[in-house]
Amino acid sequence: MPTMRTSKLSFKQLIMAMFTSAGKLVIFVLISIILLLVVRFVTAPVIAEAERQTLLNTFDQVLPNNLYDNDPLENQMQITDTDYLELLGTTEPVIIYRAYNNNQPAGVIFQTIAPNGYSGNIYILMGVFPDGRVSGVRVIKHAETPGLGDKIELAKSNWILEFSGRGLRDENRTRWAVKKDNGDFDQFTGATITPRAVVGAVKNALTVINDMRDKLYE
Amino acid sequence: MSDSMAEQKKSAWQDYKLIIENGLWKNNQALVALLGLCPLLAVSNNAINGLGLGLATLFVLVVSNTLVSAIRNLVSDEIRIPVFIAIIATMVTIVDLTMNAYFHSLHGILGIFIPLIVTNCAILGRAEAYASKNKVDRAIVDGFFMGIGFLIVLVVLGGMREIIGNGTLFDQAHLMFGESAKAWTIHFGKDYQGVLLAILPPGAFIGLGLMIAFKNYMDQKKTAKLQNQLGIKVAVNG
Repeated sequence: MPTMRTSKLSFKQLIMAMFTSAGKLVIFVLISIILLLVVRFVTAPVIAEAERQTLLNTFDQVLPNNLYDNDPLENQMQITDTDYLELLGTTEPVIIYRAYNNNQPAGVIFQTIAPNGYSGNIYILMGVFPDGRVSGVRVIKHAETPGLGDKIELAKSNWILEFSGRGLRDENRTRWAVKKDNGDFDQFTGATITPRAVVGAVKNALTVINDMRDKLYE
Repeated sequence: MSDSMAEQKKSAWQDYKLIIENGLWKNNQALVALLGLCPLLAVSNNAINGLGLGLATLFVLVVSNTLVSAIRNLVSDEIRIPVFIAIIATMVTIVDLTMNAYFHSLHGILGIFIPLIVTNCAILGRAEAYASKNKVDRAIVDGFFMGIGFLIVLVVLGGMREIIGNGTLFDQAHLMFGESAKAWTIHFGKDYQGVLLAILPPGAFIGLGLMIAFKNYMDQKKTAKLQNQLGIKVAVNG
């Protein structure tokens, strides 16, 4: 019983015991901090490289990396125009990664958000060729219903590949919708909201890209 | 070897045997103590996730048990809990950073459950209930087998949910073992659509419930057998 023991100590001894305990605690915490600093120092560059590599691998899925020879991570521009950002489903500036081949534009890669999914935001990474056609679309994060809405993942179904090669022009604007809304894109049995949200988000993003076409590779 | 040394060695082995039995079965942290259920239920939707979190927990348990036992005579009662927590939190952060660096994709999936190992009561529980009162060698064995017991439950539960819910086993093994492990995935039935319930959280509760029921059934059978043999009532501690 600690209380019994301390009651027998004199005031001076009590203070001494307090400082000894506190001192030991400080030493343990200091050792922990030093250990963590060392580990952090060693792992930080590895983590940064792993994150970079993960991002580049995802880029490769929406714009094959044999089509460009620069480092898109080093060639960025930002969209800050609020009208554009609204179409991209966000209020934060959006980074556009630009790919070049022999200094000729090869495509852009950026993230867009479908804010009207069945269960929160759907985060989409997409690539667009300089001529305005989609090079690829991937859903990178979502919380749609497993087994129904999650067919937007390539791991679950090939649906997301329907976008590749399509462009958005005035004459085909109305085709950019799910079949239920008289468009070209399949919906899923039991889940229309999710594909509708993704198709809408890609369409909006293409609207922005078409509108910016002249400034995109400046 | 002198007699006393042999004696000592024998008693150590007896201790180890008891510890192993406790860790794997009698006092299994997941099935009996019901500790660490939050990560257990959340991450066990496939076998590889279970294995990843199980190994991380196992590592933290062994190291924290070792350190806590090693310093058990240095820290006074008043500061032992904060010191244990500092040790555990440090170890978990090291695991978190290391996994993020070298198993980046798996770390992305296990996500917040790695830092949450800090709050896994099983770890502080073993530090306080065992490691702080026992010699280092026994504390290591205790940490290891408590961790293995937890890991087995995680992998079995994850495997069960994956087979029923997804029709696969060891899917995504490449996240942990590299590209060659892509071939490890076992598919059950080509067009199996999967039972969604098994993947969702209720599947975790149902699965764990079944595992606990199975363990209790085995223990009861053992008791009944003993009773028949001896012709008397016995209580098996389980």
